[in-house]
Amino acid sequence: MSQVISEVLAKYNYWIYITLMMIGLYAMITKNNLVKKIVGMNIFQTAIILYYVSIGSKKGGTIPIIEHGHGAGTHAARAAEYINPLPHVLMLTAIVVSVATLGVALALAIKIYNRYQTLEEDEILSQIRGK
Amino acid sequence: MKKIGLLIVILTGVFLIYATADFPRWGDPASPASTHVSPRYIEKSMEETEVPNVVTSVLADYRGYDTMFETTVIFAAGVACFILLRIPGSGGPEERLYRHVPTGITIRVKDARNVPSRLAQFERIDTLWVPHDLIIKTACRILIPFIQLFALYVIAHGHHSPGGGFQGGVILGASIIVMAMSHDLRASIERMGEKVNALLCAAGVFIYAGTGALCLSMGRNFLDYAALAPLLHCDPVMARSYGIFMVEIGVGIAVMATMIRIYDNVSSAGKYDEGL
Amino acid sequence: MIWQLDLAVLALVVVAAVGAVTIRDLLGCAILFGAYSFLMCALWSIMGAVDVAFTEASVGAGVSTVFFVAAVFRTTRRTKD
Repeated sequence: MSQVISEVLAKYNYWIYITLMMIGLYAMITKNNLVKKIVGMNIFQTAIILYYVSIGSKKGGTIPIIEHGHGAGTHAARAAEYINPLPHVLMLTAIVVSVATLGVALALAIKIYNRYQTLEEDEILSQIRGK
Repeated sequence: MKKIGLLIVILTGVFLIYATADFPRWGDPASPASTHVSPRYIEKSMEETEVPNVVTSVLADYRGYDTMFETTVIFAAGVACFILLRIPGSGGPEERLYRHVPTGITIRVKDARNVPSRLAQFERIDTLWVPHDLIIKTACRILIPFIQLFALYVIAHGHHSPGGGFQGGVILGASIIVMAMSHDLRASIERMGEKVNALLCAAGVFIYAGTGALCLSMGRNFLDYAALAPLLHCDPVMARSYGIFMVEIGVGIAVMATMIRIYDNVSSAGKYDEGL
Repeated sequence: MIWQLDLAVLALVVVAAVGAVTIRDLLGCAILFGAYSFLMCALWSIMGAVDVAFTEASVGAGVSTVFFVAAVFRTTRRTKD
């Protein structure tokens, strides 16, 4: 029992990220409104980014900016003192790509609204099939 | 549909939670993500590139090829928004609303194509017009130069503090969006025209790729900034630092122009006459 | 990092995400999405990822929310689900 508890405490972060991912996935699959689907997509993306950033953390590590004194010589930086910067770099790209995707998705939603006068998926489908 | 969706989501969630049993403990320094190549980046970043911010040096120097294509993706998104939404001035009569400023009367003109753009006592208003608040207008007018100054600081100081090209570029774009929201979309387009915007967007990507091509023309690899040392009259380590700075400027310009472009297209649905 | 703060902000993040997906007014959805982005930025700065937090603050809680509100302005605000 204590092993289960220690296991849960060590990994509760991962479970909460999985919850967020599933909220985003649920919104993308089941919601009818197009803007809600786009919000679900963005929630999913930020949950994935949270996941990657969290696997780069280290106990007792500080932010990944090397301390250098003004005028003092550079001393060797020990890798165990700084948290892992590689996931941060990859996720910087991911955030900016997500906002670019958001712009294009919203442009598509506006075009669909201009054409069908509605943003609900079932009404759009019935208009397409009815015609 | 909702029940199927809920079932799929719960099944996926259970599988993922089952998979976390194999994960390393949170905060473990010996986890696979932290052992192979990232200790080398942390230890060698200062002596190879003279940039303390490891994220900036990895983003723009060690993984610079990746960042170049990311900038291209942003540029492509701006172009996609433009292609999807932009309607050049439609051929038929367009209806506009004008307001007589001294008396406050609103008139609707059915075919307003021949009305001159600057009138003495009439101002053109949007369809959902509210009296422009003086406080918001004045506060934004005072704030926008300082926002832009801060954005330039963020771009330039990305070597030593969190920041860099993307963040500064987005803040620069946000300053023009604040202008468009507090005054009028037409006022912001007067200052930052559509063609200049499109040219800046492409110029940002061009600066990035151009820096890489410059390094190529000096005889070393693409995006190997140490090749710029003879041009800048410094040693190769400082040349890498300056090379990072040059590509950050390119990224900042491209991101700023794309943010403004997406906002202009989305908020006016392509017509560029009425905004938020 | 302080795990109490981490847990509190994580709980708020889940609440904001559920709220953004469930609410029926699209403008409220956009604003809740902005709040979710801001809480994510706070979470990342608690974990020490300052560059990512800076980018998310400017991109997510700033420009992304404005895009959403502009799109809701151009289409419709009411939704049935």
